[in-house]
Amino acid sequence: MKSLFGHNTNIAFSRADTSVLGIWWWTVDRWFLAAIILLMGIGALLVMSASPPVADRINVDSFHFVTRQFVFLGLAAACMFSISLLPVKWVRRLASIMFLGVIFLLIITPFIGSEIKGAVRWIHLAGVTIQPSEFLKPAFAVVVAWMFAEGRLNPNFPGYIVSSLMLALCIFLLMIQPDFGQTVVVTSIWSVQIFLAGLPIILVFCLGLGAVGLAVSAYLILPHVQSRVDRFLDPASGDNYQIERSMEAFMNGGIMGRGPGEGWVKNSIPDAHSDFIFAVAGEEFGLLFCVLVVGVFAFIIMRGLSRLMGERNLFVVLAVTGILVQFGLQAVINMASTLQLVPPKGMTLPFVSYGGSATIGIAIGMGFVLALTRKRPGE
Amino acid sequence: MSFMRFSYWLRGDRPELGPDQRERLAIETARNRIFITGAMFIVGFTWITYGLVDASVLRQGNEPAVASGTDARELKTERADIVDRNGILLATDLPTNSLYADARVVKDPVESADMLLTALPDLDRDTLIRHLSSRKAFVWIRRNLTPEQQYEVNSLGVPGLNFQREERRVYPHGRLFSHVLGFTDIDNNGIAGAEREFDNELRINNGPLQLSVDTRVQYALEEEVESAMETYSAVGAAGLVMDVYTGEVIAMTSLPNFDPHRPGQAPADARFNRSTLGVYEMGSVFKLFNTAIALETGSANLNSVFDATEPLRVARFSIRDYHAENRWLTVPEILVHSSNIGSARMAMAFGGATQQKYLKKLGMLDKPEIELPEVGGPLVPNPWREINTMTIAFGHGIAVTPLQVVNGISTIANGGIRRPSTVLRQDGAPAGERVFSRETSDLMRRLMRLVVTEGSGKNAEVAGYFLGGKTGTSEKLVNGRYVKNARMSTFVAAFPMQDPKYVVLVTLDEPKGTKKTYGFATAGWVSAPAVGKVVTRIAPLLGIEPANAKAPEIEQALQIELRKGERKLASF
Repeated sequence: MKSLFGHNTNIAFSRADTSVLGIWWWTVDRWFLAAIILLMGIGALLVMSASPPVADRINVDSFHFVTRQFVFLGLAAACMFSISLLPVKWVRRLASIMFLGVIFLLIITPFIGSEIKGAVRWIHLAGVTIQPSEFLKPAFAVVVAWMFAEGRLNPNFPGYIVSSLMLALCIFLLMIQPDFGQTVVVTSIWSVQIFLAGLPIILVFCLGLGAVGLAVSAYLILPHVQSRVDRFLDPASGDNYQIERSMEAFMNGGIMGRGPGEGWVKNSIPDAHSDFIFAVAGEEFGLLFCVLVVGVFAFIIMRGLSRLMGERNLFVVLAVTGILVQFGLQAVINMASTLQLVPPKGMTLPFVSYGGSATIGIAIGMGFVLALTRKRPGE
Repeated sequence: MSFMRFSYWLRGDRPELGPDQRERLAIETARNRIFITGAMFIVGFTWITYGLVDASVLRQGNEPAVASGTDARELKTERADIVDRNGILLATDLPTNSLYADARVVKDPVESADMLLTALPDLDRDTLIRHLSSRKAFVWIRRNLTPEQQYEVNSLGVPGLNFQREERRVYPHGRLFSHVLGFTDIDNNGIAGAEREFDNELRINNGPLQLSVDTRVQYALEEEVESAMETYSAVGAAGLVMDVYTGEVIAMTSLPNFDPHRPGQAPADARFNRSTLGVYEMGSVFKLFNTAIALETGSANLNSVFDATEPLRVARFSIRDYHAENRWLTVPEILVHSSNIGSARMAMAFGGATQQKYLKKLGMLDKPEIELPEVGGPLVPNPWREINTMTIAFGHGIAVTPLQVVNGISTIANGGIRRPSTVLRQDGAPAGERVFSRETSDLMRRLMRLVVTEGSGKNAEVAGYFLGGKTGTSEKLVNGRYVKNARMSTFVAAFPMQDPKYVVLVTLDEPKGTKKTYGFATAGWVSAPAVGKVVTRIAPLLGIEPANAKAPEIEQALQIELRKGERKLASF
């Protein structure tokens, strides 16, 4: 029976609407969803600003990247919406299938992938180029959360061991590409999850030390990590072209920005449309706009985490936190390296940077979050 | 059981509680730790915000700003300036704008061309239409517009026309230094002169290129040489001033000259540098070298006498004197009367090998060393027969550039040390290479002075500056024959002779005599007065004070006995 109010208010769905969409509308975190959509809008705007000069430089149509990114954003929104409809059980199943599929793709990537800028991260499948590691992160977060939750609640299930082996496998597959940035993200997801799962504080410190040790050995073993860190610590020692232009873009933008399309430093930033898109935001839209973007990211993280306060399902807590850590960490690392606060890492700004795999991968993760944080009365 | 206990501890679990309580405990722990995770993110985002404020606002002002159009450094010219020895600007770059068309964007070539012709009426209409309809992305329409032209073209609003910022070479002194500086093409590539020789240095642009020339001296020289050239209706002229101690070219001219802004409109003859590229038989001027070699080698001294009683016949040649004395002459007399016969006999005394050796040392047998691309190699006899030795003694049968003569006279006058000629300003005298002894140089100074006081150089005399030099008149070789009335008349002089500082040379190409010179067009009549006038003007500029001829030190420095030569029985 329909409510009398339903026809008189502006609300799209009546509270008594028992259709799939009706239930979704009333149970989903609409503030979270609104923030994600706002972020996608900002991303569309910035790709329009940042990518035409890059497209002109590589001799393709000026709106080549814009058109493509709009398609990606559409697909991403569709993925996110569809996944957000799923119940918790199906999220787990979908993530597990995805995890296995991505692991398979990561295994074959070194053999059939194409080398771009010294790393093999991309494979061509049925006419599209995809970066499997972008899809790994949300699936990994969900699957590992499941393992930890099971391990915590069922003493006979070796969840900690399984999740550790999964992490080791992922690190191995990522480092043969090599992809240091993704390794950091995946390791961070796992670390935060084991921390939330109840690891004794003494071991948390040990883990922290282990992370430092890992970072130091990455510096010592991997030449490209070493060169990036060296250049960060001593800007005079090498080629910092992109990062210097990036700082110049922020300086040029000032508080209010130069206005959309009015930036010129952006023209000399090679990756203006992807890793360095935040610098274009700084130059054309200014400090206040950038602070707004930071605010949207912070809102998404805080909103997602606060939603867990009333949560009684450990798996949901761990999975959502894992995905939010991925999302937040990528945003922080990307913005920090654009601002020369940390050494540059090839990491995209979620929903803002150009890139199909990254955008859709993040959207799947956000779909998981939306699905898992829906109100489940009676559970 | 201890493993189980460890594994519970590892998970923060408490097995003694029931399943529901344990789950609540786990959730409790997770929630508490979410706070910590959230707090770390807050720190992260705050840090980003700080970084943003720092990059966008705080760095503004104390860091170099982004390149902007009003930056004064933008005005830095591409090509280095050229300045004279005193820093006076001789060549510089001016930023200009040039007009080009992107013919792909031009809508209607004919209409656009007609509109453009209203602003630039001297463009050729057909060429313009052809260019505008060429469909090419880049076609020059007109280089180096004036600001007014640019404004007019801009206000036409014809699509497809664009301006390209360029630099244009400008020579503030116009023609004055045309043969020293040379010129550049429309793309500012050095094509001639110093512009070409120093093209790389000028492009690298480490500050201005300083030449040895002095604008004031150059102006005086050019004006006097030009005046002489007009007075005596000469077809061309060359003039040089050199510092005897450093080899620096203080002034150098070659007339006719050209406008370096429009070199293409000048005839080839105007672009020909008579001072460094043209080689000429310098005539009697060479008697100075001949005499210096004789004195240096000891084959003659001031009292030596040579038979000039009658023309000297060698094979089918006959050597005559212009002002024949028909008697025996002393060495000073040979110079004063400019005796060809006496000079030839002097050369015979030291021989062809010695002559070649000294001329080689003086740089007369090689291309002159000067930092200009326009250098002419000398014409020297091959084989070097006896007759060549005899004619070269009085400057025939060898053709060198005026620059080489000036350099050779500098060597004689400065105490006997040869230093390469240069157009670059030098700090002090380079080491050089000794050719003549100080004694020979000292005697030569007196002899050169004697030519001006007693001989053919009288017309060059300037009171107080004690010039010493030598005239030289040669008939021009045209198609392998000497032409009687086509002469090169040269006077070269050093001053002041008691302590020579500079050498001045003026050469007139095919001068004609005037009423005033009684029809004579020989060097003593046409070139010597020009040198005198040049010295009158430049000596004060160069800081040389006139001296009193009666001063004992000057008398002592220049004193020489002009004794009549007599046939000596002893020599038989």
